[in-house]
Amino acid sequence: MKLPALPELACSLGAEIDPSGSGLIVQPEKLLETARHLKETPGLDFTYLDMITAVDYPDNFEIIYRFLSLKRNEAVIIRTRVDKENASVPSISPLWRGADYQEREIYDLFGIAFAGHPNLRRIMLWEGFKGYPLRKDYQGNA
Amino acid sequence: MEVAPSNHLRTFELEREEGAIIESLRALSRERLPDPNAWLDGELKRNVLTTTLDAALNWARAASLWPNICFTACCTFEVIATSSSRFDIARFGMEVLRASPRQADLMITAGTLTWKMAPQIRRLYDQMAEPKWVIGMGACGITGGIFRGSYSVVPGYNHIIPVDVYLPGCPPRPESLLNAVEMLRKKIKRSSARASR
Repeated sequence: MKLPALPELACSLGAEIDPSGSGLIVQPEKLLETARHLKETPGLDFTYLDMITAVDYPDNFEIIYRFLSLKRNEAVIIRTRVDKENASVPSISPLWRGADYQEREIYDLFGIAFAGHPNLRRIMLWEGFKGYPLRKDYQGNA
Repeated sequence: MEVAPSNHLRTFELEREEGAIIESLRALSRERLPDPNAWLDGELKRNVLTTTLDAALNWARAASLWPNICFTACCTFEVIATSSSRFDIARFGMEVLRASPRQADLMITAGTLTWKMAPQIRRLYDQMAEPKWVIGMGACGITGGIFRGSYSVVPGYNHIIPVDVYLPGCPPRPESLLNAVEMLRKKIKRSSARASR
């Protein structure tokens, strides 16, 4: 999102602007509120969840959301960072049903829990699989 | 690093069962297979007689291999090419690709196999009627190919089911597949009803 509204948005949500200037970094506890604001505020209209992904950094996990406004042809990226111990972020599946499987996939491969998710189970790997294979410290067992 | 199970985590009984099946298959795959030629000495000492019945059975079996549909990944397209008019496996009496394993006696392992898919493949194999054969097609089918060492890929179908002919290639061309079929036909013609596995 390059529009001049980004600093204003960051200010109103109490978030900081991403160094790349394309989005915001929010605290996990503010994530749901932020997402709802982006989706439901007239003039923002970020009604489309493009994708969710996660990154394993040395100090924390970063969960990245990309929202689209189809009406205004604009995208915004929201990042949130959580500690590696007992990593958990609020689920946005109450707002977008499409988040369900993507959050399950991140839970499956990164071991990040999504609080409030209606059905948080492994989706790619089988029940009983040890570990979370997309973590950098994962030791393969093939 | 493990994440403590959270309260909202639920698992259905079916998935636990599936997990148990996958774990047992993994455990089985680590056991050493019995030597398939161990019977040879004893059988030869007892002076095996190749009967005309063997010849007739083997002729019928080798001339009408009906492949099962076991299309897990990209080698599929080579099988499809082989079965269509240019390469035409109808020449070997095997143009009937069977969707039901009960009507098939040949499994062509066309593609990478994941551990999640392994119980289904094992089940397909178990449902095929004896006598049955397996062509391990492609690098993934033989060793897991470029995915060997992955957390989710079976390093070769022979960890799950016995393989008769190994067919290397990524993917093998239809000519190679036909060559593998020819090798399998030779193998079938050598086999004996008395020494069937």
